[in-house]
Amino acid sequence: MSTFDDPFDADRSLRAACVCGQHRSAAEHEQSALALRCEPAESEDKRYEGVVASAVMRAMFPQDAARRAFLKSVGASTALVALSQFFPLKTATEVFAGASAPEKKDLKVGFIPITCATPIIMAAPLGFYAKHGLNVEVVKTAGWAVIRDKTINKEYDAAHMLAPMPIAISLGLGANAIPFTVPAIENINGQGIVLAVKHKDKREPKDWKGLKFAIPFDYSMHNYLLRYYLAENGLDPDTDVQLRSVPPPEMVANLRADNIDGFLAPDNICQRAIYDGVGFMHLLSKEIWDGHPCCSFAASREFITTAPNSFAALTRAIVDATAYASKAENRKQIAEAIAPANYINAPVTVLEQVLTGTYADGLGGVKTDEKRVDFDPFPWQSFAVWMLTQMKRWGQIKGDVDYKAVAEQVYLATDTRKLMTEMGLTPPSSAYKSFAVMGKTFDPEKPDDYVASFKIRKQS
Amino acid sequence: MTSSLRLRAGLLSIALLAAFLGIWHLATRSTATVAAMNPEYAKLMGLTATQGKSAMPGPLDVGAKLWEHLRRPFYDNGPNDKGLGIQLGYSIARVGTGYLLAVLVAIPLGFLIGMSPLLSKALDPFIQVLKPISPLAWMPLALYTIKDSSISAIFVIFICSVWPMLLNTAFGVASVRKEWINVARTLEVGTIRRAFTVILPAAAPTILTGMRISIGIAWLVIVAAEMLVGGTGIGYFVWNEWNNLSITNVIIAILLIGLVGMLLDQILARFTRMVTFPE
Repeated sequence: MSTFDDPFDADRSLRAACVCGQHRSAAEHEQSALALRCEPAESEDKRYEGVVASAVMRAMFPQDAARRAFLKSVGASTALVALSQFFPLKTATEVFAGASAPEKKDLKVGFIPITCATPIIMAAPLGFYAKHGLNVEVVKTAGWAVIRDKTINKEYDAAHMLAPMPIAISLGLGANAIPFTVPAIENINGQGIVLAVKHKDKREPKDWKGLKFAIPFDYSMHNYLLRYYLAENGLDPDTDVQLRSVPPPEMVANLRADNIDGFLAPDNICQRAIYDGVGFMHLLSKEIWDGHPCCSFAASREFITTAPNSFAALTRAIVDATAYASKAENRKQIAEAIAPANYINAPVTVLEQVLTGTYADGLGGVKTDEKRVDFDPFPWQSFAVWMLTQMKRWGQIKGDVDYKAVAEQVYLATDTRKLMTEMGLTPPSSAYKSFAVMGKTFDPEKPDDYVASFKIRKQS
Repeated sequence: MTSSLRLRAGLLSIALLAAFLGIWHLATRSTATVAAMNPEYAKLMGLTATQGKSAMPGPLDVGAKLWEHLRRPFYDNGPNDKGLGIQLGYSIARVGTGYLLAVLVAIPLGFLIGMSPLLSKALDPFIQVLKPISPLAWMPLALYTIKDSSISAIFVIFICSVWPMLLNTAFGVASVRKEWINVARTLEVGTIRRAFTVILPAAAPTILTGMRISIGIAWLVIVAAEMLVGGTGIGYFVWNEWNNLSITNVIIAILLIGLVGMLLDQILARFTRMVTFPE
């Protein structure tokens, strides 16, 4: 019997099988019951009251059979009244809920104005932060290095970062080593390779020798995915092409000015280049690796220890927003909510094309791919291991790496799983999964073999 | 005679402006050569692609947008979207703080340097090295050590506007005519009194010129600094609109930056005239 089961249910089966008979096991029943319980209709207070009453009831009747007999004889509602006669259920509930009241209610969260930050941004106008008792100011920031420095300097309590950045910060790459964590992934997929319109007949990557490409940051999935894609097509990204770190908004202007030939960039930038008629979509990042993480929600380890409840509430708000964003029917509303100058500051049409997945490809066609961008908060540690293998592959990390130790320190799969279960969601039970990048399977158990298996990599 | 010159200059200015606006308008007209496209596709595309509209806005677009901003300069739509009046207010407050700090440091220090040839020689190499450093070069260092972006921005304004004032004060003080100082000495005027009644008025025009150069530099720096630290200010506004590739708003911001810069310069110029004396 779990914390969230109804202890006043006399008909609850004592056997291991499911109570209602609709599910194969008690665990499965529990999951679906929890899923129902997470519906916004149910208030937080009610949920906590149930948890407290359940704990008291269980303490009084540790034997399931005895409790059942008691409930059968007096009835559930009488039992509850009787129980609250001599045990202050209300007070206990308040104490229980109070224990998780955030230490700090007014928080600042930094973001970069791209659609990857959708959950972080939309949680403000659509009230997800407020729902979890927080007053969050989302602050637009000029670039990845600035957001990193401002988060390290504690001007922001938490921030939107590229998925590899917290790993890089924790390892001290390009900054002082400060333990950072990722409680939630912001988005999966949602990037693309855009080429200048003049290259519309150069669709074979083999012909790209000598071209100039822009990426948003060195420690980005964009960098690793573009390098991976080029290398799989036989080009050495360090010698055959030029890769430049360019802030996303300048990418479109640079593409128009002919300073670069293309980029692997976050969306709305890709779609913006198409919208302005300067580029076309060569490939969605999803076609390189379907389900790849891109941006993350990051906080320093220090914030978690000094304000654990604020951190938990913030993570819950993000997970909630992410769940909302993952539903296709909500995407139009989200596009409108995040388009104003206060948030992303982009035309609604562009954001809608990105979020709904029905988009102009820049060559005169309209394409549809509902999974062009998707949202899934679970911070798979195998994602972190993959990023570490690529950091090693391209010489960003020298020497040996304890892949799993780093991944487990930075990607908080265990904590997020606990939180998600409490919220009535169904997180995966493992933190590692295998996946394929351009048809090549990645086994998180053998990262060193994986790095060694690539012919094109930086020789160290 | 002078009034007719002024009139003619005014007319010429207006003619130049009209010519500039006319050329601008002609250069940014739509070049309506667009390939036919499927309407469903066209709906998803921007005007640049569908109507051959120039990516550069014309003067009419800018004018309309400017009017929109001027009608409600003080709106506040949350932390990342405020009216132009508020943004300019933030920028001026930042410039004011950094600049005042620079005045407080540069003028006393400049006085000391000007009055002591030893200090002047000793500090000269440092000043010469620090003076030409760009504000953007200071920024990462400031962010890293001060650990607060708004103070960093003020620090950068301070460090960039302090040098011209320091050098001009030192130069003004050092080049006060020797006869005047000697006369004061003969009359047995004390050092402090000599500094305030003889040297300060004599050096004031040079000091004010230094201050005028500095305010110009401070205003130049603020835009760069705010583009980097973000949040508020006219520099942030430029960056935010650049993010949206809204060249119209960027042009408006450029115009306003120029106007405010001119205003600040004119205020200092007036002060300079007040302390200038005929020899």
